[in-house]
Amino acid sequence: MTIDRPAGLDIDSTATPARLTLSGRLDAEHCAALWPRARAALAQGSVVDASAVDYCDGTGAALLFDLIQRGGQVQGLPERFAPLLAELEPERPLTVPRRPTPPRLIARVGLFAAEVGREAHAAISFIGEATAAGFAVLRQPGQLRLGETLRVATSAGADALPIVALIAFLLGVILAFQSAVPMRQFGAELFVANLVGLSLVRELAPLMTAVLLAGRTGAAFAAEIGTMKVNQEIDALVTMGLDPMRFLVLPRLVAVACTVPLLTLFAELIGMFGAALVLIGFGIPMATSASQIMDFVDMSDYLTGLFKSFVFGLGIAGIGCMRGLQTGSGARAVGASATSADVRAIVMLVVADGLFAVAFYYLDW
Amino acid sequence: MSIEVRQINKRFGDFVALDDINLDIQTGELLALLGPSGCGKTTLLRIIAGLETPDRGSILFHGEDATDTHVRERQVGFVFQHYALFRHMTVFENVAFGLRVRPKHTRPTDAAIKQKVHTLLELVQLDWLADRYPAQLSGGQRQRIALARALAVEPRVLLLDEPFGALDTKVRKELRRWLRRLHDEMHITSVFVTHDQEEALEVADRVVVMNKGRIEQTGTPEQVYDQPATPFVYQFLGDVNLFHSRVHEGWAEVGGTRFAAPEAGDKAVIYVRPHEIDIQRIATDKALAGVITHVRLLGATVRLEVNVAAGDPVEVELTRERYTEGRWSVGEAVWLSPREARVYAG
Repeated sequence: MTIDRPAGLDIDSTATPARLTLSGRLDAEHCAALWPRARAALAQGSVVDASAVDYCDGTGAALLFDLIQRGGQVQGLPERFAPLLAELEPERPLTVPRRPTPPRLIARVGLFAAEVGREAHAAISFIGEATAAGFAVLRQPGQLRLGETLRVATSAGADALPIVALIAFLLGVILAFQSAVPMRQFGAELFVANLVGLSLVRELAPLMTAVLLAGRTGAAFAAEIGTMKVNQEIDALVTMGLDPMRFLVLPRLVAVACTVPLLTLFAELIGMFGAALVLIGFGIPMATSASQIMDFVDMSDYLTGLFKSFVFGLGIAGIGCMRGLQTGSGARAVGASATSADVRAIVMLVVADGLFAVAFYYLDW
Repeated sequence: MSIEVRQINKRFGDFVALDDINLDIQTGELLALLGPSGCGKTTLLRIIAGLETPDRGSILFHGEDATDTHVRERQVGFVFQHYALFRHMTVFENVAFGLRVRPKHTRPTDAAIKQKVHTLLELVQLDWLADRYPAQLSGGQRQRIALARALAVEPRVLLLDEPFGALDTKVRKELRRWLRRLHDEMHITSVFVTHDQEEALEVADRVVVMNKGRIEQTGTPEQVYDQPATPFVYQFLGDVNLFHSRVHEGWAEVGGTRFAAPEAGDKAVIYVRPHEIDIQRIATDKALAGVITHVRLLGATVRLEVNVAAGDPVEVELTRERYTEGRWSVGEAVWLSPREARVYAG
């Protein structure tokens, strides 16, 4: 067995162009030292004699590759290392793709505006198609797929009861605690029930239910429909003469619009129950809390809350289905659709809630 | 039903997918759209189905303009490359689906649907799988179910988008023969898209070769194979060796062998299929000298790669017997002479 020499580099600068001779172990440890010298000495057309190389690993191959790319001609590389170098395809010019320059500010604003315009166009045509399908079903109620609607209602509504209950209960408990402590300073613990009741009914229960729904159901719709789209099942439906709007979207919209107000109502009750439990600890019996709430929160508060949740539900289901139908191709597109459905639904919720607040203020509801 | 495609144009952004396509499809024929990927064949199929709208041009079904007819009314059966079966339905339900969702007045009775589905499943020889789910089936079985589903609605036209593209070679061969038999029984106008020239040549009545959004040639399998209209068709329908030559008094030369050149130009490109080259050990002035660099065994045939002085290495295909007889080996000096060639102006 021969002991391998460390890498060596001889430069014969009398020849024009310079002749380089590599020898010994071309490995990660030794190549680094001679790399800059080799680069500096190399001229276009230089011959690189590699016949004395004992060992060559990836780094050595990279060195040879670099020298070839700079115009050197490697000769005499032992047969056993040739495949390693051949793998790198040294004869092909290494093209480092130039990074695309980011568009200028004005171009970015323009692109953004165009994107917003496209989105708006898509949203409007989706709403239009869904409305048309909705009216068609109103004329002939038999066209609605009842089985599918009930299935969606079960998964979006009934199956969501435990998580909605948990969140609403905690919400009631937290609200009651946080407000009871300062209120006690004024001896006004009794009115905590009014406060929690009103904020739950008008604002928090519809919003929290809708947020849960956006995560659970909106994203699921986008993923379901998106998967069908990627698998060309939607195309298959269309060639069989079925309108995806009527067949897939409408049952979901109807199911969600019907179940969300019920879920909200459920959340309100659970939340109030949680608050009442806390108030027992402050010496206020449950019956008193209940009668306080019943006196203070009237029907119009309930109805505005339920109306809001109805609109939220339609919006979430609509965004989910729209994103699903817009899914591109490939498995990754489904994930992208689901995420974007979720994010957009939550943005929509916040904006819509703000608009409702302003509208109700001016309407004096 | 006959289909006429008239001056169809389609762009996706800057990409021209279809450029002025004209095509007549006769009643009851099985037509293959053949071309490399990205040549626009699938887009054309989707436009015929109505899944895509053309930018310009029209589609005539049985002489009537169907361009603006909705997919629903076109009555096409479509088979997708990745089957597109409904995953949550059994095989039976999948096939019955198209009938079940019809409006009440045209919907057959349950008994009639059951009867029909079983007939179709028998036709595709998968009656025993009726209660399984698509996920429990092999690729070949799934595609046959997809075909049964497409046939259930009694389409006037059957469109197949790379129907065997996702299957392995053996199943693919079996299925394409089966498709041919099925077509001979049913005689429904069918168009199928493929990038596999063997498949197109074996199955179709007529082949349409497409490239870059244009039709290169239309004809029977024999016509396109034996009389390719353009160099592209020649290259696409099999392996070729390519030689460049100057034209002298109407003749192009390979080695010393002369071939009649087309009128135009003083340069020619000569295409020779690997199995149309003779190989020998004796030097003649009409042959091309070279050295064998590789020998590849491909089952019944053997491919020799021969380095010649000018130009790219030449591939020569021999039968197994000829190869063993000749005892050809790597490194040997040989002389090549093409028996047949096609010459195009270069």
